[in-house]
Amino acid sequence: MTTFLKIRDLWKSFGQFVALRDISLDVIEGEFLCFLGPSGCGKTTLLRAIAGLDIQTAGTIHQAGKDVSNLPPAERDFGIVFQSYALFPNLTISENISFGLENAGKNKAEVKKRVDELLQLIGLPEQRDKYPAQLSGGQQQRIALARAIATSPGLLLLDEPLSALDAKVRVHLRHEMTELQRKLKVTTVMVTHDQEEALSMADRIVVMNHGVIEQVGTPTEIYTDPVSLFVADFIGEMNQVPAEVTKEGEVRVGNRTLLCRTGDFAPGSKVIAALRPEDVIPHDKDVRLPGTPDVIETLQNTFDVVIKEMEFLGSFWRTSVSDEEAEGLDLTADFSINAVRRLSLAVGEKITVELPADRLKAFSETSGAEQ
Amino acid sequence: MSSVESIPGPKIRKKVGTDALIQRGFIVVIALYLIITLAFPLYAMLSKAFEVYNYDLSQFSVQASDEEGNFTTGPVTLLDLNAELGLLGDSDMAAKGDGRLSLTQFFPDFSFRSPVMYRVAGTDEKSVFLVGSERHVGTESVEVDSNTFRKVVVRPVKSRGMSNFTRYFSTPALFRSIGNSVFIATVSTIITVTLAFWFAYALSRSCMKYKGFFRLVAMAPILVPSLLPGIALVYLFGNQGILKGLLMGQSIYGPIGIVIGSVFFTFPHAMLIIGTALSISDARLYEAAVSLRASRWRTFWTVTIPGARYGLISAAFVVFNLVITDFGLPKVIGGQFNVLAVDIYKQVIGQQNFEMGAVVSVVLLLPALLAFAIDRQVQKKQVAGLTARSVVFEPKPDRKADTGWLFYCSLVAVFILGIIGICQMAALIKFWPYDMSLSLNNYAFDRMDGGGWAAYKNSIKLGLLTAFVGTVVVFLGAYMVEKTSDFTKGRSGFQMLAMMPMAIPGMVLGLAYIFFFNNPANPLNFIYGTMAILVVSTVTHFYTVSHLTAVTALKQMDTEFESVASSLKQPFYKLFARVTVPVCMPAILNISIYLFVNAMTTVSAVVFLYSTDTALASIAVLNMDDAGDIAPAAAMGMMIFYTNAAARLLHAVGSRAILKRSEAWRQR
Ligand SMILES: Nc1ncnc2c1ncn2[C@@H]1O[C@H](COP(=O)(O)OP(=O)(O)OP(=O)(O)O)[C@@H](O)[C@H]1O
Ligand SMILES: [Mg+2]
Repeated sequence: MTTFLKIRDLWKSFGQFVALRDISLDVIEGEFLCFLGPSGCGKTTLLRAIAGLDIQTAGTIHQAGKDVSNLPPAERDFGIVFQSYALFPNLTISENISFGLENAGKNKAEVKKRVDELLQLIGLPEQRDKYPAQLSGGQQQRIALARAIATSPGLLLLDEPLSALDAKVRVHLRHEMTELQRKLKVTTVMVTHDQEEALSMADRIVVMNHGVIEQVGTPTEIYTDPVSLFVADFIGEMNQVPAEVTKEGEVRVGNRTLLCRTGDFAPGSKVIAALRPEDVIPHDKDVRLPGTPDVIETLQNTFDVVIKEMEFLGSFWRTSVSDEEAEGLDLTADFSINAVRRLSLAVGEKITVELPADRLKAFSETSGAEQ
Repeated sequence: MSSVESIPGPKIRKKVGTDALIQRGFIVVIALYLIITLAFPLYAMLSKAFEVYNYDLSQFSVQASDEEGNFTTGPVTLLDLNAELGLLGDSDMAAKGDGRLSLTQFFPDFSFRSPVMYRVAGTDEKSVFLVGSERHVGTESVEVDSNTFRKVVVRPVKSRGMSNFTRYFSTPALFRSIGNSVFIATVSTIITVTLAFWFAYALSRSCMKYKGFFRLVAMAPILVPSLLPGIALVYLFGNQGILKGLLMGQSIYGPIGIVIGSVFFTFPHAMLIIGTALSISDARLYEAAVSLRASRWRTFWTVTIPGARYGLISAAFVVFNLVITDFGLPKVIGGQFNVLAVDIYKQVIGQQNFEMGAVVSVVLLLPALLAFAIDRQVQKKQVAGLTARSVVFEPKPDRKADTGWLFYCSLVAVFILGIIGICQMAALIKFWPYDMSLSLNNYAFDRMDGGGWAAYKNSIKLGLLTAFVGTVVVFLGAYMVEKTSDFTKGRSGFQMLAMMPMAIPGMVLGLAYIFFFNNPANPLNFIYGTMAILVVSTVTHFYTVSHLTAVTALKQMDTEFESVASSLKQPFYKLFARVTVPVCMPAILNISIYLFVNAMTTVSAVVFLYSTDTALASIAVLNMDDAGDIAPAAAMGMMIFYTNAAARLLHAVGSRAILKRSEAWRQR
């Protein structure tokens, strides 16, 4: 695993406004990296700094060992696809793709061969003499991709390449693009604000917020082990309950004490205890045999709740439950169709739920990383 | 997040690549072009307006000898001499730039035959006096005999001050023009905007027949110089006019003529602007009004007028500006009714009083600048209103109303075609009204003063050169402003410069060119009196509209084309040639036809700048009319009309062909 792109202490300001703040990041050779974050967090700005299109205010960028920090785009080595694709409207598909191949020391026949190869690769060999306006959005996107990789750049930059497409085409192209990237093994950085896109396509994800990197990790790391409430909330859903750390590994919510990953929080700290809805485990009524309360006692973080609302979301039931004994313990839980049927769950019913201690995690009240 | 923060570490300084270097070069060259052809001349003109010349008598002393040539008395300053003699008052001290004051008048018993000798000297190092054509500077004294003493003159001293303006405002004959100009501009604006609004309304909101024809007719006045309607009015209502009776004793020479002519030549401009405003209004609002059972009258006031209000305001300011800065029409038909634009001409050409010409120019600049500033403001608002997606309004047939509209539009068309038709008749009739037989005699321009056919050829040359040079300069300039990424300050400065010509009346520009280019100290002095200065002034005069057309076209192109090209390591000029220019071809053609037509018809800027070798057709119309050769003037005006009509036709055919060829990729 060699580092292909090394970004250090990068800042970017527009006048008074600081758009990127002290960004340091390594991009590994051949990986598919995603910048993910809400609108305006600086993803595009970072991508454009890498491309040299909008040079950073301070900080360095090394690409393949070479310092490219202050080079104009023409002196760097990358291909780029924009959200709009920016296909040249008056040039045919093959002219678009060959735009970067001309005067690059190739003769006509070589250029034609390369264009054919690329059209084959993106699966549009019959479209070569059409104009961009005559193609569908998805086809245009693939042409833009072909044009970007035509010169075999060492780095492929994609700024929301799929967001102009409708949902179905988008899902299809996600798959195609990752396939293509794996095949070419070109180091790729993609900007997106769609978490699903990032989770399904990326080898690693960089979650950004307000011009800083919140977390870098594989999709599963980011999802299962977010370092901050921001990341937790931005990717997937999260129950958040105000709590107080009583001792290491334990918090109190209302008048209930729960086992929890408290990290470095000192006893007495006010925290937010967080848990994903799908981590709430509904328990079989059998667990709670009459007259044997100790069975429950042995299960940690397990108590009774009342089902307030249920909403069918296709593959699961989104359920609001409320712990009537402990004030403020209202949770959203996702129960599988299976579980709902098996346990005959319905609004108004009382059920027993478990909040797995290793899934419940304490975060500081303000957003930002865990202390 | 926006707190002021110090960013640690060294700031990155971007390496300037080849592309950026070339682009900077272009920006600098084109900005220099605008600075030299616009900023410097205007500055020269402004400083001229504040240039004051006065004789400073304290600067010189004279010593006179006795009859034997012995100097017995000491030197006396002219100031003292004058005080002693009570000769010249303060007002006599004011001078024109080329004024001379002879010294003999300070010696009442002077005789050029007397043997008395005179010693003349300056009192300080900067004093200048002339002996004949010989310049003497400083305090050294010069001894001359009385015959030579006649040739000793002092020149006025240049200083800066407001006195030209005080003089202007204390001369009723001059400052009355301000009121006159504002008056005719206001009246013309009200009439034109009203007529144009209903005309545009009929075109966009009714199912009237022959819309295409009316559209074409409404644009015709653009093809002729603004003085042509003046000539037609002379034929209709002048001393021997066929319709003179209709004026009930009023003279056409004066405000009436100017207003009618102004309505004619400003009509297409107002119609275009209002037509655009009406065409973008939202059909959904009308449907809503219908479903609310609002009366037609109410719909009109609550939907139509608010929707078109920016267009109306904008049209009003454009018309006002056109009328107040127009020179040709009031020159032909203004009679004794003085307006600002003609005053400039009279001061400069008639009286050679350049300082006063500059003062009138400054006065004329003010309303024009104001109208321009307000118009820009309004246009910005309208663009904001345009972004909302709206549904195009489809009018429904209504027999009665459509007939009414047809009648109204026919009246307007008769007015426009009538004016042009009268000129055509005037051009063809041998000797109106005595010999009404037809002939082409009036087209024998070589038999009249004014430049003859050579002037017509010059105009064609000017039109083609302006179209070519102007389109290249304007489009390159707009591209650099719109599509380059660095050099931000330079670009915004350039953008400001490019907007300026719109606010500068042609007369003012022309006069400014005299001051700047006719200065022997200017290294560009050699273009004075050539075709080059005519081309340059015309390009600059019509720069803004062309620039805006180019910018609009460029804005519609994807902002990332340049980024893509540089990521593919292709120079920007390859992208420019292969993508930008072909995609913008319709706009480029529009710019060139606009420049051509305007170069053919313009009078105001070039009237100060043409020479005998470079007389122009439009100027010939003016001069022949001035000389009383009205029929040939009308004939030359019609030549301009035919040429422009042909050019437009050619342009339409060419544009259609290009659009057809690019149909495949333009659909979207
Ligand atoms: N040229 C600029 N001048 C001033 N501010 C800018 C400029 N470009 C970006 N910004 C600001 O910097 C911040 C980051 O912008 P950026 O385009 O990188 O966001 P983003 O994460 O890509 O958002 P989106 O998902 O909406 O594309 C935003 O607040 C934006 O307003
Ligand atoms: Mg973005």
